[in-house]
Amino acid sequence: MSLDKAAVAKIAKLARLKLEPERQEAMTAELNTILSFVEELQAVKTDNVPPLTSVAPMKLRWREDVVNDGGDPEAVLRNAPGRQASFYTVPKVIE
Amino acid sequence: MSADEKNYIQGATGAWEIVIGMEVHAQISSKAKLFSGASATFGAEPNAQVSLVDAAMPGMLPVINAYCVEQAVRTGLGLKAQINLFSVFDRKNYFFPDLPQGYQISQYKQPVVGEGKLILDMPDGSSREVGITRLHLEQDAGKSLHDQSPNQSYIDLNRSGVALMEIVSEPDMRNSEEAGAYLKKLRTILRYLGTCDGNMEEGSMRADVNVSVRKPGGPLGTRCEIKNVNSVRFVMQAIEYEARRQIDVIEGGGQVAQETRLFDSGKGVTRAMRSKEDAHDYRYFPDPDLLPLELDAGWVENIKTSLPELPDEKKARFIDKLGLSPYDAAVLVAEKESADFYEAVAKGRDGKLCANWVITEYFGALNKSGKSMADFVITPEKLGGLIDLIADNTISNRLAKDVFALMVETGKDAATVVDEKGMRQVTDTGAIEAVIDQVMAANADKVAEYRSGKDKLFGFFVGQTMKASGGKANPAAVNDLLKKKLAG
Repeated sequence: MSLDKAAVAKIAKLARLKLEPERQEAMTAELNTILSFVEELQAVKTDNVPPLTSVAPMKLRWREDVVNDGGDPEAVLRNAPGRQASFYTVPKVIE
Repeated sequence: MSADEKNYIQGATGAWEIVIGMEVHAQISSKAKLFSGASATFGAEPNAQVSLVDAAMPGMLPVINAYCVEQAVRTGLGLKAQINLFSVFDRKNYFFPDLPQGYQISQYKQPVVGEGKLILDMPDGSSREVGITRLHLEQDAGKSLHDQSPNQSYIDLNRSGVALMEIVSEPDMRNSEEAGAYLKKLRTILRYLGTCDGNMEEGSMRADVNVSVRKPGGPLGTRCEIKNVNSVRFVMQAIEYEARRQIDVIEGGGQVAQETRLFDSGKGVTRAMRSKEDAHDYRYFPDPDLLPLELDAGWVENIKTSLPELPDEKKARFIDKLGLSPYDAAVLVAEKESADFYEAVAKGRDGKLCANWVITEYFGALNKSGKSMADFVITPEKLGGLIDLIADNTISNRLAKDVFALMVETGKDAATVVDEKGMRQVTDTGAIEAVIDQVMAANADKVAEYRSGKDKLFGFFVGQTMKASGGKANPAAVNDLLKKKLAG
């Protein structure tokens, strides 16, 4: 599998990354190097190997249904780029 | 006309069939959010229920709420669905200001609940099965307000991270009535289970409706998704409008574009959302912050044994054990509160008689009062007391309606009303005979006509006798005695 320039441009757009046209060629080559490395890995037979979900021998931790957080709008708004009363504000976005 | 043909709608080129599937987002009734300890309740001040996890501050990690997992499994069991002991959380990637993470934690290829089914109770008393494709757990997004400022949108993250169950149906529905019945039934089941309050006004239940049209028996048409419809009535209206729109597009020589649409409830129309071309490229991948969700089979079994009696089973019991019609049973089980009320009334009494009284008189008076069942003056004991007086012939069914009206008005119990107003039914044959004698004496000409063969006059004598007794004479006794006396 390899990517063309158009696919790379689309991925950049989806990731909200600004990719100048003159950088597209180089980025496409770089990503294709990574993909070809993954292809090399795929040569290994893994038919009987379950997918690895964690390298640590542990299970998902669960929490109780208890309210022990929140209640501090100032804390969450501290780094807000803009605010009005207790709302975050952003440039207008309308669907 | 076959059952299928009944569903067809007519276009200029002949009959069309509507195909409907639904994705319902149901908010889990939990205290805290799916992956954080912030409160999940409705109606707080903006951003007052937001943890740093919900605001997606760097370094914050999600930890799953055990209660939310349990409710998803409980709901799956209530939908007679496959419970997957191994499921995976994925990231669904998209950018929007009310989604601070830049992705929603959801489940994609391996949801916690697989295939199940739901039985629709149609208004004519018939039933129909709709397949459930899956149920998965996911986070809600925050809320954007666009009308507070001319050039800014305001963001409130209180909902961000609240636990949702997305319940996906198969495209098994064929008209708006079935879609409405599906939504109602799903809400009923969620309320019985206590996993979601089903409150559509507050947004704890929202429906995305997929609609397409096709020629009967033909291949499926291109579908449109109508997003975030928040009432049963609007879902039905949106489907009616959308099906007609698609038929008009196709018959006008055009093609239906696969797109997301919004329902404008004020105008009763759907319109296309301004769509971004890449809107559906979500690039799902397993969330590296979360290990797979693994459930213990014994734990699932314990939840299963703790399930309450569900509406379908209750309905079947009402029909089989209490002799109700499918329609009456469906009406009574639609809300757990109604079913409980009915059962309290029917305990040790005639099931059908009680059902008639609860559905017709009690619900009628309740609706008129505008009160909730808990606040209404008629308790199961009071209604039961009234029904006892009918059963032991103290009052007739007709007179009982007057007694009931007085009970609603005064809050008194049935026996008190009957005594105070002297409404006790007259079963004493001597008293009834006396009344009949008066009636016959006052209508000697009619008696002669009757005796000369005009049988139809019998009804007239019954009416006169009942009237003369102030409606209190026992109708069966009146019939018997009249027959004898008129025969001469």
